[in-house]
Amino acid sequence: MNIFDIMGPIMVGPSSSHTAGAARMGRVARHLLGSQPVKAVIQLHGSFADTGKGHGTDRAIVAGLLDLAPDHPDIPRSFQLAQEAGMEVSIHPVDLPGAHPNTALIHLTDAQGHTLSVSASSLGGGRIRVNAIDEMEASFSGELPTLIIRNQDRPGIVSQVSQVLSEHQANIATMQLYRDRRGGLAVMVIECDNHLSPALVDELSHLDGVEKCTYLNMEGC
Amino acid sequence: MAFQSVEHLISCSTQTPLWKAVLLDDCQDRDVKEEESFSRMETLWQAMVDSVDSYDPQRRSASGLSGGQGAKMEGVEHTLCGPFMQQVIATALKVGEHNACMGRIVAAPTAGASGVMPAVLLPLCRSEGLSTQTMVECLYVAAGFGQVIATRASISGAEGGCQAEIGSASGMAAAALVHARGGSAEQMAHACAMALQNVLGLVCDPVAGLVEVPCVKRNVMGAVNAMACADMALAGITAAIPCDQVIDAMATVGRTLPSALRETGKGGLAATPAGRAIAQQQAKPAP
Repeated sequence: MNIFDIMGPIMVGPSSSHTAGAARMGRVARHLLGSQPVKAVIQLHGSFADTGKGHGTDRAIVAGLLDLAPDHPDIPRSFQLAQEAGMEVSIHPVDLPGAHPNTALIHLTDAQGHTLSVSASSLGGGRIRVNAIDEMEASFSGELPTLIIRNQDRPGIVSQVSQVLSEHQANIATMQLYRDRRGGLAVMVIECDNHLSPALVDELSHLDGVEKCTYLNMEGC
Repeated sequence: MAFQSVEHLISCSTQTPLWKAVLLDDCQDRDVKEEESFSRMETLWQAMVDSVDSYDPQRRSASGLSGGQGAKMEGVEHTLCGPFMQQVIATALKVGEHNACMGRIVAAPTAGASGVMPAVLLPLCRSEGLSTQTMVECLYVAAGFGQVIATRASISGAEGGCQAEIGSASGMAAAALVHARGGSAEQMAHACAMALQNVLGLVCDPVAGLVEVPCVKRNVMGAVNAMACADMALAGITAAIPCDQVIDAMATVGRTLPSALRETGKGGLAATPAGRAIAQQQAKPAP
């Protein structure tokens, strides 16, 4: 954990885990979707469900979906802003056995009808962890430029992806592999040290066997 | 790379001051220049000052539970604690209330505990005319100790109770105060250890689940505790249990706390008849 995760962030109160972390969670989900959602179904678990209303967790997640930063003064009135922006929002409690106490499931739909489900937890001090995307396990913070690649589980794909990254001089910080079953659907989560170019991301998404390549860069957010 | 132990933190500060060791580690960790790291920390210091100075005594939180107390404390003559500690107490209340009112604050290490660092540093800075440079150094010291606490234990009330929030802030602030007075790295560790020892087991029991009762006033306790522990360390008083072991004990205690006492708003003060009555009042739809 970097010292600026301890000291900071500068944020709108009242809670770093329940307000700032929640805002960041919404913002990461929005960036993973790639555009502003027209519909958001938010499920809150544990302490998020029990105390989220008083902490403004619900308003903070919606503010994040509107791409507002955790120190944006408009966070308290995000429901109104969402309505004005034509975003339909519903919020429900959920019980997720074994999940981190500050966990939310965010189900999004964009204007083209694309959907995305993100499970994320707020770890304290405004930091978050994405636990799953579209029900496939993952584990990343969104603090580094991150690639999420969905591909068929077959030999050679990891090598092709790392070759493209190496050709573009992109250094891999961490790499995780998940799959639903042998030969099924797999997910690669790659955190890089530097920003990746659109050309690189495009090249990766056209690799044989790659179904979808999402690039998340929250730098400056 | 992040400091994993206070012992390591101290061993890195034999040739260079502790605050500088933390800064250099940040530069390496994020691949940035020293000036860039320093100016980012300076921005945080400025935001802390703003969170105190933009306090509005008329402002109330949405629940109506917080607001106006900082000004009330400041307005009293002849406090038991004396004028300097009065300012510390008032500053802690002001930032705590500003946070509860959805104002802009610096999480240090969390929003609920955001009053502790400015409460101990700003009155000292203003009464002794300390430089911004010194204040920023203090924040590095606090961040270094905070990093160890976050790594070995937790800075989240939902995970470790209030000891992880106000407790961590108090330990960090105690170490920072030792630096402000030119104390040694070992004294910083003793100050941090003593401050943490004093709050071990502190539960997170927010009434109605809001970061208001008892959170705002616990910032006062965290700040006053930090002052006392820094003074003890500077006087040569030591903690019998080394700082790392105190932090490990804090982690164990946090894991042992039942969920009702970890920010769920279901135990402690939140479960008292008065606490429940406030929660019920809050649950009523607005007229």
